[in-house]
Amino acid sequence: MATKTFAGKSVEVDDEGFLVNPDDWTENMASEIAAEIGIGDLTDLHWKVINFMRSDFKEKGQIPTIRRIKNAGGVSTKDVYACFPEGPAKKAAMISGLGKPQGCV
Amino acid sequence: MAEEKIKKVSIVVSKGSLEGVYPGLIMANGARMEGIEANLFFTFFGLEAIIKKKMDKLKVATVGNPAMHMPSLIGIIPGISSFATSMMKKEMDKIDIPPVSEFVEMIHDAGAKLYGCKATVDMFHLSMDDFCEQTDSVINVGKFYEISAGGQIIFT
Repeated sequence: MATKTFAGKSVEVDDEGFLVNPDDWTENMASEIAAEIGIGDLTDLHWKVINFMRSDFKEKGQIPTIRRIKNAGGVSTKDVYACFPEGPAKKAAMISGLGKPQGCV
Repeated sequence: MAEEKIKKVSIVVSKGSLEGVYPGLIMANGARMEGIEANLFFTFFGLEAIIKKKMDKLKVATVGNPAMHMPSLIGIIPGISSFATSMMKKEMDKIDIPPVSEFVEMIHDAGAKLYGCKATVDMFHLSMDDFCEQTDSVINVGKFYEISAGGQIIFT
């Protein structure tokens, strides 16, 4: 398994760059992971998505879908796509230190 | 050498049953989730997926559908199709697949374009007022090919 260093901490990642252990993630890593996949400054809206994904994953044990981010997390689909363009579900999950989403929606 | 990524898809939805409509919606939504440009073209009975009064009332076909594993004679009993549909919708909700109207809104918000088929609109005497607000426009087949240029076309 490959390792990468984010925020000065070495973490295990899979071959696509998703953190293997969500517990390794710290808030300081988010902006560094984001920069790697071409997302610049993280705004409050980015953080609203990240925080919701982290807390929902902790509670449900599943990475939330874009629909759940809209209905339970209160961030519209348009905003999610604007914040994390070209692959919002995967990019948001990656920045949040979660694995790759496995669902179809 | 890695295969070139798909950049654009145009999906034709031609059937108006629940199982006829969802695959196209899931594929369009999935395309947008992967950063792929997506167009949806609704034709013939598939048009019901964007007709305001009908989109959330689509049903599973319980007659003439061998994969239901139900004799067609049972499938014709009033209420059977509604029952099968509601069971299926419950299961879909569990895996976060939304009702058609919400799905269409999400797909539109995700940046996909939705078009109605001109010939069907004329045939059924429909107007733009019949369609959900996410419908971009009603186009003919020539325009569909024009819009689909440079991408893949998927017929469902």
